[in-house]
Amino acid sequence: MIGFVLRRTGVIALTALCLTFIVFVLTNLQPNLEKLARTEASSRMSEAEVAAWIERNGYARPMPVRYGEWLGVVPGWTRAEGGTVTGRCTGRAPAPAEAPRFCGLLQGDWGYSTVFKLPVAAVVSRSLGHTGWLMLWVVIVMIPTSLVLGVLAGMREGSPTDRTLSTVAIVTTATPEYVSGVILIVLFASATSGLSPLLAEWGWISGRTLFNGTATAAMEGITFWNFALPVLTIALYGTGYIARMTRASMTEVMTAQYIRTARLKGVSFPQVVMRHALRNALIAPFTVIMLQFPWLLNGVVIVETLFNYKGFGWTLVQAAGNNDIELLLACSVVAVVVVLATQLISDIGYVLLNPRIRLA
Amino acid sequence: MTPWDPSQPILEIENLSISFFTRLREIPAVMDFSCNVMPGEAMGLVGESGCGKSTVALAVMRDLGRTGRITAGRIRFKGRDLVAMTDDELRHIRGSEIAMIYQEPMASLNPAMKVGAQLAEVPMIHEGIPRRAAWARARQIVADVRLPDPDRILQAYPHQLSGGQQQRIVIAMALMSKPALLILDEPTTALDVTVEAGIVDLVKALGAKYGTSMLFISHNLGLVLDVCDRITVMYSGEAVETGAVADVFDRMRHPYTQALFRSIPLPGADKTTRPLVAIPGNFPLPHERPPGCNFGPRCDYFVKGRCDAADVPMVPVPGDVRHETRCIRSAEIDWAAPPKAAKQAERTPVGDVVLRMEDLRKYYAVTKGLFGTGPTRVVKANETLSFEAREGETLAIVGESGCGKSTFAKVLMGLETATAGRILLYNQDIQDTPIEKRDTDTVSSVQMVFQNPFDTLNPSMTVGRQIIRALEIFGEGRSDADREARMLELLDLVKLPREFAGRMPRQLSGGQKQRVGIARAFAGGAKVVVADEPVSALDVSVQAAVTDLLMEIQRKNRTTLLFISHDLSIVRYLSDRVMVMYLGHVVELGTTDQVFSPPYHPYTEALLSAVPIADRKVQKKRIVLDGDIPSAMNPPPGCPFQTRCRWKSEVPGGLCDREVPPARTLAAGHQIKCHLPDAVLARMEPVIRIAAE
Repeated sequence: MIGFVLRRTGVIALTALCLTFIVFVLTNLQPNLEKLARTEASSRMSEAEVAAWIERNGYARPMPVRYGEWLGVVPGWTRAEGGTVTGRCTGRAPAPAEAPRFCGLLQGDWGYSTVFKLPVAAVVSRSLGHTGWLMLWVVIVMIPTSLVLGVLAGMREGSPTDRTLSTVAIVTTATPEYVSGVILIVLFASATSGLSPLLAEWGWISGRTLFNGTATAAMEGITFWNFALPVLTIALYGTGYIARMTRASMTEVMTAQYIRTARLKGVSFPQVVMRHALRNALIAPFTVIMLQFPWLLNGVVIVETLFNYKGFGWTLVQAAGNNDIELLLACSVVAVVVVLATQLISDIGYVLLNPRIRLA
Repeated sequence: MTPWDPSQPILEIENLSISFFTRLREIPAVMDFSCNVMPGEAMGLVGESGCGKSTVALAVMRDLGRTGRITAGRIRFKGRDLVAMTDDELRHIRGSEIAMIYQEPMASLNPAMKVGAQLAEVPMIHEGIPRRAAWARARQIVADVRLPDPDRILQAYPHQLSGGQQQRIVIAMALMSKPALLILDEPTTALDVTVEAGIVDLVKALGAKYGTSMLFISHNLGLVLDVCDRITVMYSGEAVETGAVADVFDRMRHPYTQALFRSIPLPGADKTTRPLVAIPGNFPLPHERPPGCNFGPRCDYFVKGRCDAADVPMVPVPGDVRHETRCIRSAEIDWAAPPKAAKQAERTPVGDVVLRMEDLRKYYAVTKGLFGTGPTRVVKANETLSFEAREGETLAIVGESGCGKSTFAKVLMGLETATAGRILLYNQDIQDTPIEKRDTDTVSSVQMVFQNPFDTLNPSMTVGRQIIRALEIFGEGRSDADREARMLELLDLVKLPREFAGRMPRQLSGGQKQRVGIARAFAGGAKVVVADEPVSALDVSVQAAVTDLLMEIQRKNRTTLLFISHDLSIVRYLSDRVMVMYLGHVVELGTTDQVFSPPYHPYTEALLSAVPIADRKVQKKRIVLDGDIPSAMNPPPGCPFQTRCRWKSEVPGGLCDREVPPARTLAAGHQIKCHLPDAVLARMEPVIRIAAE
């Protein structure tokens, strides 16, 4: 087991290396660098000046070298010009002479965000903190709901319960977040339409709207009223999907011969479902749930922008929109690690659920 | 509730009718079925697939699914009507008073639950005993079903056990609450014969020990003779004959029962002098049953106007006790008359050697571990296979699963290449040529008939098109019209009507599909045909017809037939020579008479003894092998059979533990791989004796 985890961690590191290199190359293409030069120095620079700026700031050297620098395995560039020494690492130390030789990801130096004028590490950790809360609540709402829905629908295939729940699941999963988010806002968080004007008229709510239309306040303190809508928007989409998967797996298990064996042993129906069907039925959806996490990052981008919640998704949008190369790179590292880590958890969980698979 | 009188039947089924309701129509599955099971009695329910025998069993359990419904009749268990019971009452009876044993043990056990938990659950539900006591009971029952090391087994998951062990666990589960009635639905069909013999012994012993009544469902008449006291024969949803096993086997009074017995190969049947009599026609579909007697259209004694006039009731057979038949002419028919003189064929003389194997070996390297990083192990699927097959000869290859017979077929066909040794087809080496590199001639001259006709035909291509496709590949015929004509000839050859050319495989029955498979194999004028269990997936009544067809084509084309089978009855019936395999070794090779009479290889002896024979005149010596077939991954040292051999003590000096026995020639063309001295071999008695008539 430990050997397996170590091997998988190795694979994750390797994959992360490849993926970040691809992102690095794409964000460091020549037009991007020229754009960077113009935003950082002056937008009215001539072609020659741009080239000189790129040269002066160390962007002109070969791609692999620069990737190595960013990673922290190649010494940072230095440049002596007119008595002053500039370099990749000089900005991080009081005097150029004291600057470390390496400054990259491995040294904990993620670079400097041009948009937020802050070190990237600080930006990423702050936004990940916000998104962490969002994801936590999404998971708390989404997984139990979807599993219960899926199991209820799947235990008696074709019953009215099954038909109803399946319809609900299909509708929610077929509605993208940017649609469901807007609908939810209109219904519950608008002072002019939906439920809120009615409730306000009857005096049932003190404010003008039932829920808050933005989640900005949630960054200070999470309440039900400011956080329910963003959580619901993301969870709705995933709930339908996971519920469908669970239902499919459950219906298949319920027709298995060992379920008949259990029934004809005299096991009562609730016990058949709980003791015999559930564990077998959860094997397939478990992998799907874990695959769903990377998908949730998609939803996060939309929902955080929609509800103006300054988390990871919102930061990613800002970084991409403003050509903030180092922030963008950091975001991709985070995304890669999230994707691969969930896959590792998925594999381990699969083994725990399914006794037929044993890790060597 | 009145207490049940133990002198009354434990299970009474009266005029039971069951239908399945689909969106299109009502499909009657069982009609007017009656039978009684007395306490301690074993009732056999025999019939072909689709005759409704499993439906009866599920009706007794009241588990017909959402589409099945009991439309008429009563099922009384210990005097209480099961049909009228509520779900709650049923749950109390299921598992505690009526228990069921299923066909596929692997699928019937929960893969994600430990064996012990699955067993202990039964008394915990029904008797409310604490967990610890339930586990103790489970341990005791596991020991009762003769499983070694019960503590380890209780902690195991089903996939960690072998098929035979799993079936013993299913039996143990059924016995956990000491039920009064045990329903066994083809309990040994998925198992090997030697394992089957062990399970049958166990079931009989346990039935006697606990006084359990049994409803034993099977398509195998020999097995029913072994296990049951009474038998009910079913055909197309109806019971056609019921009575004591001795009465029905010796004095059958229904034409279907008689036809069934004449179509199975019993000792004494022979492909040239006493061929099997196949039942003509096909099993009627449930919604296409004929008026009157269901068996009418296939019956030799059919009289128009009487047999198809009205529904036929069950009538008692005069002179016998509790023996009934559903035939209005049972009193008129001369039951002792021998079968109509069947066409007799000349024994085909065998010709030159067509195929020769020399020291063929096939090893597989297997790596363990999820990423193939574990140690590499070698599976020796075939070890030093040497034999030759002649033109027009039938060579049977016999052995249980895992003995390497299918691997051998794959190597011969070119689906795998040999590790060492030679295969000579007409003196041409083919052992290293995979099928995609073989020339058309070689491919068309070595062909195969597959075990499962349901999976081997392309479901979206007409039958004619599939045969023409084979002709195209084999380069037969100059034009499309030529091939079309040749295809129709092939349909004639396999005795299918020519209009079948335009049909889809799903419109054909199993036997008809297998005929198409045979036509395809012979399309290129095959010289060597490997028939891998060609009839084991078919019903008994169809088996005889398909076997006969194979023999007839062989006679006509002088084909060499390699007949792979685990069914010794059919092997004895049709083969000229027999090769017995065990764990990759050929343990015995000789003519059919040599192999089927002493001296035997100890494994052959056990195999012969394990095969159930549906003939009361046959007396068998009972030899039950202990344990399972060892894994080919980890074969025992020395003789591969030494772990289960009952003669091992007769070999001096522990030779069996150390050395693989060399192939010894006993008589001309008869060789065995055994260390037993000649004196011991000479002492061996025949396993099967036919009592004087």
